[in-house]
Amino acid sequence: MRRSYRWVERTLRGWFDPSEAGTVGTTPDYRFSLANERTFLAWIRTALALIGGGLAVAAFVPPLRWPHVREAIAVVLFVVGGAVALRAIDHWARAERAMRVGQPLPPSRFPTVLALIITTGAVVLLALVVTTAIRS
Amino acid sequence: MGTDMVDPDAPGDPGLQAERTRLSWRRLTLSVTVVALLATGRVVTSGARPAAVAGLGLVALGWVALLTVAHRRVRALTIVRRGAAPVGSAAAVVAIVVAALGLVVAVLVV
Repeated sequence: MRRSYRWVERTLRGWFDPSEAGTVGTTPDYRFSLANERTFLAWIRTALALIGGGLAVAAFVPPLRWPHVREAIAVVLFVVGGAVALRAIDHWARAERAMRVGQPLPPSRFPTVLALIITTGAVVLLALVVTTAIRS
Repeated sequence: MGTDMVDPDAPGDPGLQAERTRLSWRRLTLSVTVVALLATGRVVTSGARPAAVAGLGLVALGWVALLTVAHRRVRALTIVRRGAAPVGSAAAVVAIVVAALGLVVAVLVV
């Protein structure tokens, strides 16, 4: 219990100050830091697009044959969006730290996983909309 | 490229790094504004339940927070040259607000 509390504290502190007030490693070329910042912002916009997409599903997809499925898909999109935002800050902090200490950037399977989730979700939503249209 | 390679010690902003980053923050404010408008539309069209109105208030709060952080970051990137403008807590605040936004908008839909 105490160990998990420490982990949360350390992770949060890393998000707010990955260089630990400049004590870790050396400041990298500012162009690399700005590129890391833009990558972070691109992921944040991805998160916002997923949240906006969820709102759009709730607003514009016609009622499906199965009640609440439309709302469930919207909520899944919100949750994935929130997860993308948290992963974005974690990846930014880890990349910032790696650049400061001269290590390779952290590898990540996240983009692949996200692409698979979005593809699956799109196919499922399409199937639901088409079935509803055919049967009504 | 070749002889046109950017000289990192040239005056100004080689590769327009700061400008590209400023524009990236601007796109963030546009994205969050679209989300806030969609959330408002949702509450307007589906009846103003108390929970939904409270949720919309929180969305508005998050919108203002992101606009403030982005504005300050854009100003820092405008005034300071040469990477002497560390991100500080701006990135963490943005990520946490967006993650919270994902939870809050669920109230508008459920």
